[in-house]
Amino acid sequence: MSDKRAASRTTTLLNVLGPFIGLAVVLGLFALSSEVRPYLFTGANFKIILLQTVIVAIGALGMTMIIVSGGIDLSVGSGVALTSVLGATLLVKGHSPATAALLTILAGAAIGLVNGSIIAGLRMMPFIVTLGMMGVARGAAKWVAGNQTVNAPESPINELMRRISPNTLFPLPPGVWIAVGLAIVMTVVMRQTVFGRYVFAIGSNEATARLCGIRVQLHKVIIYTVAGLLFGIAGLMQLSRLTQGDPTVAIGLELDIIAAVVIGGASLNGGTGSILGSMIGALIMAVLRNGTNQMGWPTYMQEIIIGAVIVLAVALDRLRQATSRQ
Amino acid sequence: MALRLRMSGVQKRFGATQALRDVSLEVGDAEVHALIGENGAGKSTLMKVLSGACKPDAGAIELDDRPFTPKNPHHARQCGIAMIYQELNLAPHLSVAENILLGCEPSRFGWLNRSRRRDLARRALAELGHDALDLDQPVSALSVALQQIVEIARAFVGQPKILIMDEPTSSLTQDDAERLFAVIERLRQRGVSIVYISHFLEECKRVCSRFTVLRDGQTVGAGDMQSADLAHIIRLMVGREVTEIYTRVPHSIGKPILQLIDLQGRVKPRGVDLTLHEGEILGIAGLVGAGRTETLRALFGLDRIAKGEVIIYSTPQTHGNPNARLKLGLGLLSENRKEEGLMLNRSVADNLTATRYAPFTRLGFIRGGLQRRCVSEWMSRLSIRARAPGQDVTELSGGNQQKVALGRLLHHEARVLLLDEPTRGIDVGSKAQIYKLIGQLAAEGKAVIFVSSYLPELLGICDRIAVMCRGRVTAVKSATEWTEESIMAAAVGHAEANA
Repeated sequence: MSDKRAASRTTTLLNVLGPFIGLAVVLGLFALSSEVRPYLFTGANFKIILLQTVIVAIGALGMTMIIVSGGIDLSVGSGVALTSVLGATLLVKGHSPATAALLTILAGAAIGLVNGSIIAGLRMMPFIVTLGMMGVARGAAKWVAGNQTVNAPESPINELMRRISPNTLFPLPPGVWIAVGLAIVMTVVMRQTVFGRYVFAIGSNEATARLCGIRVQLHKVIIYTVAGLLFGIAGLMQLSRLTQGDPTVAIGLELDIIAAVVIGGASLNGGTGSILGSMIGALIMAVLRNGTNQMGWPTYMQEIIIGAVIVLAVALDRLRQATSRQ
Repeated sequence: MALRLRMSGVQKRFGATQALRDVSLEVGDAEVHALIGENGAGKSTLMKVLSGACKPDAGAIELDDRPFTPKNPHHARQCGIAMIYQELNLAPHLSVAENILLGCEPSRFGWLNRSRRRDLARRALAELGHDALDLDQPVSALSVALQQIVEIARAFVGQPKILIMDEPTSSLTQDDAERLFAVIERLRQRGVSIVYISHFLEECKRVCSRFTVLRDGQTVGAGDMQSADLAHIIRLMVGREVTEIYTRVPHSIGKPILQLIDLQGRVKPRGVDLTLHEGEILGIAGLVGAGRTETLRALFGLDRIAKGEVIIYSTPQTHGNPNARLKLGLGLLSENRKEEGLMLNRSVADNLTATRYAPFTRLGFIRGGLQRRCVSEWMSRLSIRARAPGQDVTELSGGNQQKVALGRLLHHEARVLLLDEPTRGIDVGSKAQIYKLIGQLAAEGKAVIFVSSYLPELLGICDRIAVMCRGRVTAVKSATEWTEESIMAAAVGHAEANA
């Protein structure tokens, strides 16, 4: 019995540590190259990695919630483009940065609300609904922007992702801190609140959730709306990073985000996943990009490697689960 | 009589658990052999060893007096060992004929020979006495009983020497079970040996000629089924004296708490009138498809009510969702533990407290320590065997899973408990515990509706029993006025003749 308990404690430990180990392995592999090593572990480089992680990480916060509840959202990339264009347009029209930021984030929430309402109200597959929204939002972004980039005037929003004093790790741009803060909030929400338990319950077994009196459809609307809110914040970060609203930006971003969540240990069947895991997953993706860049490998190599890592991560996860079942 | 199968000294260890210590099993030619034991006794593991799904650590298997070491399930099947699992393994979209010959399609150079496939399927079904089955129907359109026949036909096509059947009647009505027994007899006459795993001892007595009892991974007894004393077998299974499996806790019946007036759903039920009182255990009997589950689902707000009235505490509450029902103090235990009743990959704690987090939350935040303490208490009160409140329910045995599902209603402090087949597929020990628990709940003044297909338990613990037939309640009487025969007569629609 005590054997068993120890074994189960080891597996839980492995579950929590898995993504960290993955991150260490990836860093370790790049560190093997003597040309890259001196630069890889500098504060300046970590600052770049963190900055590159912010948008995927904030997106992954919302996506983790959606995937744990058994859903999926393919409209994130388009949503980020639409909200960033919207934010830039509002600034151009002379609205205060605060108003522009708020409306940008709310626009993200509105997209989520529409997704969630259709999914819950018409009992449709999230895949289809958000696939539709992917097209609609992308089109809307181009429409709002008049099919060109919208240059945002100088405003505090641009400071969110600006790399000041590029040779040291600190001070980190505010965007990084915002992502960290949101991650902490979402961790608490997912682990410590009744709402979080309901998200897991719905993803684990929707029929049981219904039997237990959980208002499944209502919660789905809330889940997609809150996730949309986070995607809106990601859109704001996108705007800050480019200092312009580009309707063709972030194509395929949703796939990076889903990959981060899945590398972090979530199952697309719902019911499992963690915010911490997804954050590490997002970091792994950024480190892979950064490392391959520094090795001087062409972008096609990056794409091949990242694709292989996604499959490898999930395969390892399967293997670990199979052995822990024995 | 010649021996078909001899297993001796079989051992198997999974990690820290010794699933099989020392098991022997001998099955004769054309014999129906009952393999009996509580959940977790090692029956499934033993059958996995036999069917090649896992390798034993020690022990010998002889098939027709020759040593037999199955390398994998495919090899075992080729050697004549077929298995029919409790959860049926059919491809729901494919037709009856396609399912029967799945994996051994008659073909030439990869081209299907459809007419030959139909012939073979037809012949297999005829052997089982089911020639009338439409070969082109998708199996999803068939009843569970007929799906099972399709699965048996599939096994039969492979000309098995030994057919293993795991709880074959657990989701069948008595009629369908009778038909299945006839099929088993035909198989036996064709020389097939059958290992029959079942919790229903009366049923084993009907179909089996010999038995082997397993307990804690060991063979503790074997013998002739016909002359065996059931009390003796139960003693062997549990290793202790089960004096009275149906414990009667004295309770008194109070005022009406729930009233159904001409309740109708979209398809079923088609008019149910029932009154449930405080401190009463009301049984609902009926065949599968009589509308018992549908009645509970409509009452609990899971399915829409088309017509009729539901009165709870003398207030009309006809329409409501599960959330509203739970708030009124109703609780439903689903008949389908794995698909609806439980979140399998979630912890005991989250499953047990899913309807009521209130005792350990503040402003929506859960206090984990309080939750664990509360769940630990329930675990010891219900003797749920789990390592910790945080263990996933999927790792528990069926009986313990069911106690978790039932524990949810208790934690919710439900005053009206709607229990749909609460003892299906669980071991005798857990059953006895659940019966006693239901009695205690009634003694506390709670009202229980107990739906079951197993008549002895209805007669054993209920105050009144209602019988449903074709979506209606055909008779309600005190349990003492019913017999198994009269319930069955009412369930098949012969109530008038009997009344």
